[in-house]
Amino acid sequence: MLGLGADPLRADMNRLLALLFHQGVLDEQFVQLQQLQDESSPNFVYEVVNIYFHESEKLLKNLRGLLMEREFSDYKKMGIHLNQFMGSSSSIGAKRVRNVCVAFRAASEQNNRAGCLGALELLEHEYCYLKNKLHELFHIEQQRVLAAGVRYPMQN
Amino acid sequence: MSSNINTENWMKDIGVLDHLSGVGEGSTSAATKNITALVVDDDSVNQMIHSKILENLGIQNQVVRNGKEAVDLHSSGNNFDLILMDMDMPVMNGIEATRKLRAMGVRSIIAGVSTCTRDELEQKEFMAAGLDDFQEKPLTTPKLVSILQKVNKKC
Repeated sequence: MLGLGADPLRADMNRLLALLFHQGVLDEQFVQLQQLQDESSPNFVYEVVNIYFHESEKLLKNLRGLLMEREFSDYKKMGIHLNQFMGSSSSIGAKRVRNVCVAFRAASEQNNRAGCLGALELLEHEYCYLKNKLHELFHIEQQRVLAAGVRYPMQN
Repeated sequence: MSSNINTENWMKDIGVLDHLSGVGEGSTSAATKNITALVVDDDSVNQMIHSKILENLGIQNQVVRNGKEAVDLHSSGNNFDLILMDMDMPVMNGIEATRKLRAMGVRSIIAGVSTCTRDELEQKEFMAAGLDDFQEKPLTTPKLVSILQKVNKKC
């Protein structure tokens, strides 16, 4: 029968979301994002978050590239990347990533290279955790939708 | 609960739906369907979210990536009731774009939308460039509805 198996999966999703909110990984803005999803854009959250992942990985690569330069001094460029990362992280509700960006930006404004390196490592760690958890969430959602007998695009 | 019912409830709570004389489901779309908007933001995530918020409110909208594209769009004869203007953008930032649009005689409601500016002077400069409103990111449906109150007062 269709629908059996979907309810336990929904419970798993809710548990994971509750954990992520409790840990401060996500905030209310993620709920706002979910509320934008509707019948005309049934995969909206998935699509936005995937764009976020793609853009964030470019930004992280740029930040690391800047800091690894031997004669690095372009803190202004670093600030631009960080502002962008902060903005997009805020927009999807990625609270911990955003907060690390704020601390990173503070170090950058003080031209504190060591502080920036430390912040970058923390940022990469927080981003990695967020990405893994959101992938887990989408996987459970995908299983739930399949169990409920609704078509859904397969993840690569 | 559908997203359209949520939007209508928010709009009723702050009195916008009453002002727009809407009653019942579908009135949100009816009240906003003739409003056009331009999203000016270099970030793809924000472009998608801001456009969707507008779309869910029944507002036709276009998206451009920086201030220069916004100015060029207006130079070629386009105009919009509402412009959501990011501050930090490459090529031409929001402050310069707002100044240029006002100098061109553009009378749209221009709402600055930016990450929390730690520099109050910067925000003042943005307002002085010709903004009608300023909202901190992340933009949400309630924030956009409060901006729309200005659009409807102007119309």
